[in-house]
Parts: sequence; structure tokens; C-alpha cells
Amino acid sequence: MSENSVFDEMWGRDAQVRAPYKNFCNWFDQEDPKRLRAKNREAEDLFRLTGITFNVYGRAEAEERLIPFDIIPRIISGAEWAKLSRGIEQRVRAINAFLHDIYHTQEIVKAGRIPRDMILQNEAFQPKMIGVDVPGGVYTHIVGIDLVCTGPGEFYVLEDNARTPSGVSYMLENRETMLQMFPELFSKNRVQPVQQYPIDLRRSLAACAPAMTGGDPTVAVLTPGIYNSAYFEHAFLADQMGVELVEGHDLRVIDGRVAMRTTRGYKPIDVLYRRVDDDFLDPLNFNPESQLGVPGIMDVYRAGRITIANAPGTGISDDKAIYSYMPEIVEFYTGERPLLQNVPTWRCSEPEALAYVLDNLEDLVVKEVHGSGGYGMLIGPTATKKDIATFRKKLKARPKNYIAQPTLSLSTVPIFSKTGLAPRHVDLRPYVLVSPDGIKITPGGLTRVALKKGSLVVNSSQGGGTKDTWVLEE
Amino acid sequence: MLGKTANGLFWMYRYMERAENTARLIETGQRIALTRLNQGDDEWASVLQSADCLDGFRSAHDEISRDLAVDWMLRSKDNLSSVVSSVNAARQNARLVRTAITGEVWEAVNSAYMALKTTLARKVSERDLPSVLRLIRHHAALVRGVTHGTMLRNDIYDFARLGTFLERADNTARILDVKYYVLLPSARAVGTSIDNVQWESILRSVSAKGGFRMEYGAGGGPREIAAFLILDRRMPRSLAFCAGKLCDNLEYLGSEDDAGEVSLAMVGALKDRLTTKSIDDIFEYGLHEFLQTTLEDLSGISRQIEQDFRFYA
Repeated sequence: MSENSVFDEMWGRDAQVRAPYKNFCNWFDQEDPKRLRAKNREAEDLFRLTGITFNVYGRAEAEERLIPFDIIPRIISGAEWAKLSRGIEQRVRAINAFLHDIYHTQEIVKAGRIPRDMILQNEAFQPKMIGVDVPGGVYTHIVGIDLVCTGPGEFYVLEDNARTPSGVSYMLENRETMLQMFPELFSKNRVQPVQQYPIDLRRSLAACAPAMTGGDPTVAVLTPGIYNSAYFEHAFLADQMGVELVEGHDLRVIDGRVAMRTTRGYKPIDVLYRRVDDDFLDPLNFNPESQLGVPGIMDVYRAGRITIANAPGTGISDDKAIYSYMPEIVEFYTGERPLLQNVPTWRCSEPEALAYVLDNLEDLVVKEVHGSGGYGMLIGPTATKKDIATFRKKLKARPKNYIAQPTLSLSTVPIFSKTGLAPRHVDLRPYVLVSPDGIKITPGGLTRVALKKGSLVVNSSQGGGTKDTWVLEE
Repeated sequence: MLGKTANGLFWMYRYMERAENTARLIETGQRIALTRLNQGDDEWASVLQSADCLDGFRSAHDEISRDLAVDWMLRSKDNLSSVVSSVNAARQNARLVRTAITGEVWEAVNSAYMALKTTLARKVSERDLPSVLRLIRHHAALVRGVTHGTMLRNDIYDFARLGTFLERADNTARILDVKYYVLLPSARAVGTSIDNVQWESILRSVSAKGGFRMEYGAGGGPREIAAFLILDRRMPRSLAFCAGKLCDNLEYLGSEDDAGEVSLAMVGALKDRLTTKSIDDIFEYGLHEFLQTTLEDLSGISRQIEQDFRFYA
């Protein structure tokens, strides 16, 4: 990890343009900034009209926001991508093997590679999944691996999203927007396509249908409803796949199968791509207050009569405390050395680690084990003394609740700012589909960018934006 | 198709139709007020009544004025049938059925919502009113046009049409009922300018003035107007036309099985009444009674469609 200098993906030393960006920069230098600015606004109008908005949590329906889109693409060479995707595939294979193991014989615990409590005491561990044989042996049908780059070819996994990763609609719409606005760029650069994702997703889900399914499986997307922050994405994916978008109240268990209420009566579903959290999936088996799920769906699932994607209980594999064991997990199940690096992580549950973390809070990032969306975290180097003092108290009170990591020097990619190109920190979330037919990774993924100068927080809920991500053909 | 989706489509199109009808009613009211042949503000009471929102208005305001009435019908969030409320509801339903409508239909509804959200953010002055009303009509026409041009003719389309024509029939019947006394043969003042204004206002509120003139030239009185709006199967806002369309779409829906049998029987009875009776029969039966029965039938049909096609769990 380079300590002082930030790695910019477009420009090297002495403002030398790096190879993947050469074509793009030639084009950019000849463009009139005024035209580009107009295009930028055009993109925004397009997003609004298409309705690519997200609802801000806890606010009224009127509060629909756009995720800012930046027109400068993030470009990755084919060779670099090939290397990355090998690492991603290895990791995703390991995650699935790990999930199967901990919900069956728990060999990894018996081998002493992960403490038993780390699994059994974990809130994300789902006892109802013990001994369940999931259709096709697949637990995580859709995975989003969050990566950050710190130097040439240096990628780290920041977190694995193995529950219901979101954002893929932005990957698709960002590309669509770029194609519409700058078609000439795509004739000058050979960019690997992403548009096949919805069809791949449908095929991949269908391939995971229960063994009993005859013919073409009926797939549906389960959404919490139009007030959910990601509703647009749920509707978008259902639309693009050509499947029904259902809510809990459209579904019912009839004759041992989950069925949806159609205008002609109830029709059974084979594969449910659910965008509802485990807890809300089944009021009879999980949170009894839930209005979003289907009473009894877990019983149908255990009987092997429906596929739930992703499987309940996958949260145990992307838990931040488990994260620190990922190198061991990859080695244990694949017998290979991990190709992707993990960020060194201190588990504050361990007294020595806690002592170190408390002594070095100014230099570390501290995260809540179960937090997400960039909330509940401390970024030492940019935090105020008061923030650090507050966190110190929290850490001492509930050390098990936290992990700490060194502050990574995230790479930058320029954005098109009011004053021209300006470097901003980015991360990358590639999307991975898993089925018995194999693992499929869409080239590229979603690049999130912190629009504020110097900021490391890329989350859309906190002022982050997105970019189109290009993987070039070799 | 999901029952919920059918429900969403039905209401999305009902609300789009309603927004347009309300705009047209405001236009009519404004026109009458401008001709000043009538006690302007009385006219607004009957316009509010035609839009089925007089009771709501009265509970919010003590007296009726042009400004208050226009604002109530255009922008009020308390009035669930105002243009703003209708367009919001249409878009909300469109989001719900996003996977059933084409991208272009969604964009048309969304752009209607965005344009009106901006335009109707503030009170509309008398000077701006005509262009605002035109804007509403244009957006409604756009949604209708894109629906025609891009949607598959399948169940989805049928539910969209059912919503459109139920709302339209309901609207036409209500306009006629609010003014039925002007159309009665016993209303002797035939030929006075007040009556001419009244008749014209009825025709205008259902966009039938041109069609009526084409058909009857400079002639035609209340009897012909009533016949035109109730029985003429060529007039796209007449009750007979709407009933015919409802019948067609229910027949398509039930062509492969018996889905919607009960609704179809009810619509069939309504259509029969509108095709076998003459305007004189209707006058003899009582115009007001006839229209009231029709309005009741329409809401009964709406409820039956909900049931037949499992709109709700």
C-alpha cells in the first residue's frame, strides 16, 4: 500500500495518461467543455425521466433523489480484469462452500480455523438453515464484491455482499446513458458489453430451480414495495427479465407451493429472487410482525419446492467479523492461496487487537460489525477529536461490535467538475451470478465515486455518485 | 398477470382520464364565467358538482369563488380528484405496474407528473390558466397516444381500457346529470341565450362541440344533445360508446376461459339499455333517474371487475 501518494487511474507520473485511458483522453481533449456540460445535464434529465431514482429512507414519497452520474468513465484493461475476475470467482466459490459447510457439518470449525462462537453467536447465523439442502447447492445466486484499488494492479476486497446486493440497475443504466450520449466513444474503444446481465440473471436463476420443476421455471422478483429505496431497481430487473414483480400480499402458500395471485387464480412460483431481508421473509418462521413476506414460505423452501435467491442465512458470509477470516476460508475450501487481498483487520473482540486499536484510533477506520451504508463508522484521519472520544467509549463498552482496518489510500479517477477534470476516490462493485452451470461475472460493475474532494465515502446515501465502468477488450 | 397489476393498470388509466376530464370541466367553467351571461359563481358550484368534488370543497371552504374552485380542482391535495392528485395517483400506479407498461408509456406518465409538478407548484393565475389546461390535455393525449402506439393488445391493454372507459362513462353521466334539467323538453326557454350557453357548456365539457356541429349543423336542441351524449355510438365520450368498449374488452379478457363472466353480463345489460332505447324512451323514464341508474351500474361494474379478476387478496 502506498502511504503518501494517491494512485490515480487515469494519470501516472508527470501527467502521463495511462494506457487504458489513451483513446478516451484524445477524444476528451478535442471536446468543447460547454457541449460536455450540456450533455451532463441531458444525462440528468434522462435519469429523471426514466425514473432512475432512489427513495431516501424515512422520508415521504416526494423525496425521490437521483444518484449523481459522472460522464467520465472508469476504464479497466482487459488483462487487469481477467486477473480480477479469477480472484472474484475463487472467492465466490469459497463463500458458497463455506455456507454449505457451516449449515451442515461445520468442518471449518472442527478444523479449528474459525472459532465456534464466531459462527454460532453471530446474529447473521440462521439456525433454521441447518441441514437444509438448497436447490442446486447454490446459496449466493447474486453476489456483489466491493473492491478498492490502491496502486497499479493492487486490489483489495472491502466487503462481500452476499445477501441482496443492489446497484446493478445503475451499472446498466449508466452504460445505456453513455451509449446514447456519446456513441462515438464506443466506436473508438472496444468496451465489453454489460447489457446481457438481465438475461444472464434470468438464466442463472432458472438453472437453480428446484429439481421438481418441469419445463420453463416461473421466476418472480419479490419487492418490499414502492416505498422501498431500491424499488426502481426491483421493477427494472423484473421488467428486463420479463418476470412478475410481486409483493408479499400477492403470494400465498397453496398445496405446499408458493403461488402468486393472478387475474386467473393462483399460479405457483419456482424461483423467487427476493429483495426482502431474511428477517421479513416469513412471519411464521422469522419476524412475526413482518407484512412484507409470505407466511410459511420457509416450510415450502425446506421441502425443496421453491428456490429462494439468495438463500436465507447467507449474511453469515459477508458479516464484517467473518470478513477477517476470508483468507482462511478461501484456502480451506479451494486449497489455493487467495488471489484477492483482504484488508488487514483487527477484531476488537480480541483484547490485544482492541488495545492496539484504542492506541491508534487516529489512523484507523473503525466499523460496526453489522453496520452498512457507511453509517456507524469512524474514519480516524478525518475525524474530530470529539468523534474519536465518542468512538473510544463505544469501543470499550461493546468491543465485540467493532472491527478496525488501516485507512487505505483509495485510488482516484477524475470526475467532470465545474472547473474541469478533478480526481475523486472510487470503489468498484462487480456483480457475480452463481448457478450449477457456473459462475458468471459481468465485465465491469458499478463504480461509485465520492464527489466531495478528498472524501472516502462513496455511498449514495451520503453524497456519492456513479460512473460507467469499462472493461476493454484485449 | 398479477391481480395487483390489473388493479394498478385499471386505476392508472382511470386517474389519467380523470385528470383530463377535470381539466376540461375547469375550461368549461372558465368559459361560462367569461361570457358573463350567467351568475358566474353559481356556475362553479355546478362545475364542482360535475367533477364530483362539491362536498369536499364545501367542507374546506365557506363560499364559492372562481379562484377557490379552480384551485380546488387543479391543485388541492385534499381533493383526491384534483388534477395534481389524479396525476400523482396515476404515476404511483404506473410505478406499481412498471413491468406491465412499456418504457415509453412510463416515460409519458412520468413526464406528465414532472411537468405538472413544476407548473402546478404555485397558484395558477387567470392569465396562465388556458395554457396550463392545454398542457394537461397534451400530456394526457401523449399517454393515450403512446399507449396506442406501443402496448401489446393483450390482457394488460384490456385492463387499461376498462379503466379508461369506466372513468369516462362515469364522467359523461355525471356532467349530464348535473345539467339534466337544462335538457328536459319541459325547459321551455328554448332559444334563449342562457340556454344556448348551457347547452354549449355541456358539449364543451365532453369535447363534443365539434362533433355535434358536424352532425347537426346549426340545428339541434337539448333532445339531440342528450341523444348524442347518451346513445350515439360514434361519439367517443358517449355512454353507448363507452359501454361498447367495456363490453369488447371484457369479451377479450374472457375469450379463453370464463374470466369476468359476471362483469360482462352487467356491462352487457347496460349496453343493451343504451342501444335498444330511444331518447324519447329515456325522457319518458326520466332523464335524471336514467342517469342515476347508469351511475350506480357503473360503480357496480367497477366493483365486480375488481372481484372477477382478483384485484385484492
